[in-house]
Amino acid sequence: MFPGPNRGGDDVMTGSQSALLIDVRGLHVHQGAREILTNVDLTIGTSEIVSLIGPNGAGKTTVIRAILGLVEPSAGVITRRPGLKIGYMPQRLTIDPTLPLPVSRFLALSGCAGGGRRRAVLAEVGAAHVWDTALSEISGGEFQRVLLARALLREPDLLILDEPAQAIDVNGQAALYEMIGTIRDRRACAVLMVSHDLHHVMAATDRVVCINTHLCCAGTPDTVSRDPSYLELFGEHVASSFALYQHHHDHHHDIDGSVIEENAAAEHQHG
Amino acid sequence: MGRSSKKTRRPSISMDDFLSDFLVRAVLAGLGVALVAGPLGAFVVWRRMAFFGSTLAHSALMGVALGLLFDWNPVIGVIVICVIVSLALAILRTRSRLADDTLLGILAHGTLAIGLVAVAFLETVRFDLMGYLFGDILAVTVVDLIWIYGGGIAVVAVLIAIWRPLLAITVHEELARAEGLRVAEINLVFMLLMALVVAVAMKIVGILLVVALLIIPAAAARRFSRTPEQMAIVATVMGMLSVTGGLAGSFGIDTPAGPSIVLAALILFGLSAALPAMRRVTQ
Repeated sequence: MFPGPNRGGDDVMTGSQSALLIDVRGLHVHQGAREILTNVDLTIGTSEIVSLIGPNGAGKTTVIRAILGLVEPSAGVITRRPGLKIGYMPQRLTIDPTLPLPVSRFLALSGCAGGGRRRAVLAEVGAAHVWDTALSEISGGEFQRVLLARALLREPDLLILDEPAQAIDVNGQAALYEMIGTIRDRRACAVLMVSHDLHHVMAATDRVVCINTHLCCAGTPDTVSRDPSYLELFGEHVASSFALYQHHHDHHHDIDGSVIEENAAAEHQHG
Repeated sequence: MGRSSKKTRRPSISMDDFLSDFLVRAVLAGLGVALVAGPLGAFVVWRRMAFFGSTLAHSALMGVALGLLFDWNPVIGVIVICVIVSLALAILRTRSRLADDTLLGILAHGTLAIGLVAVAFLETVRFDLMGYLFGDILAVTVVDLIWIYGGGIAVVAVLIAIWRPLLAITVHEELARAEGLRVAEINLVFMLLMALVVAVAMKIVGILLVVALLIIPAAAARRFSRTPEQMAIVATVMGMLSVTGGLAGSFGIDTPAGPSIVLAALILFGLSAALPAMRRVTQ
């Protein structure tokens, strides 16, 4: 029994594991004949930061979409804690340049919270100064903060962030991960994030789940970084050094290349 | 196309002297259509649905034929066909490897061809093909006016009701879905609104030019807008100016009305594009 396309995580199965916000068991997802995910398990507990890592094409985003009810599992069970509120920050958001949209209006599109509350949440993510600015005129880092603010407007028990640090320079990335940690501490919400960035993942995460269309390994950052399947997936030298640069992806799948990732991959080859 | 002045003094079914003037009816009809075309056209531009709108418009002739066949008002026939074409597109998208614009092209021209063949069979009816293709605003009847304003008010009311969710879906469909919006339902409503506007605007500028009335004023409005609502309102004003200017030109120098309205919109668009450049030169 699967939850259908959900309405922000309200429809649920009542499970016995009430401490868990999300319990994914044996998740399979097909796209046509292609199997995108095979037998993936994942749990998220209260106030826990879980990072989902894996090479490009590993199905990380698909796991998230399944949890959000945006994609129908072909097998497996996804259990959400009753009444669970999820705040979602999507991976890419390109605003059509013909649409004039100030940040304040973008936040209002969520349909929750009043103007004062929206302003406060934008300040909470450190982007109060872009309130009146058009979405098309703010920087990559500001954009990610605005997206995070929109997710927070729902007062979520669980934040789901799909590559929150993309299109941000290295210093900005550190600041963003730090802020995600602060938000978790202050709001006591759990966080599930997809990340490419092993360095930050290992530093700012309670638990790491590593997938490559199937579940490779899961556990604390320490355990995972010593796991043979993890070392095989990311290469021993990268894994052991906690990579100063982003890890080298599986090039067979590497089609999504944002500029930052390409640079990082190139730098990595030199180092 | 030079059919503007021939049939103009035909006795009308109007009770009112004011409405008995064909030019008054034409202006009222044009303004009514511009009123809805503004906000709806803005969404068409934001959602990149110009070709979809054009496809609906091309299929409209089939709808007119259907209306004649069953003795319905053409507006109803057009809406029925637009819904069928939209459903066909949705099915083809999942079943076919062809790109969207190819599918739209097939549907647009296929349905136009069917429409043209179908009306050729209906030879018993006096059928004004040129009027449907290029518009016949000077022959607007009071019944047409009732359709335009009745339909127009309905469209604007529904659009206001679904404004926020529709905008949220336009910005990011997955995010909107994750936030619990009924995306499929709202997209369906939007498609129906487009069908209704195409059906009533067809009389004004014709099947081949109807999308121009949706997208040109909205495109011209972009520069002057800082919010989506501003853009919708400015687009409406641009549309109304185009209708007034086009009809004035048509009346003054006897040009075909529908194309003149689109030409007026095009001039406004050109001015709006040139304005910042001119400002820069004068500074």
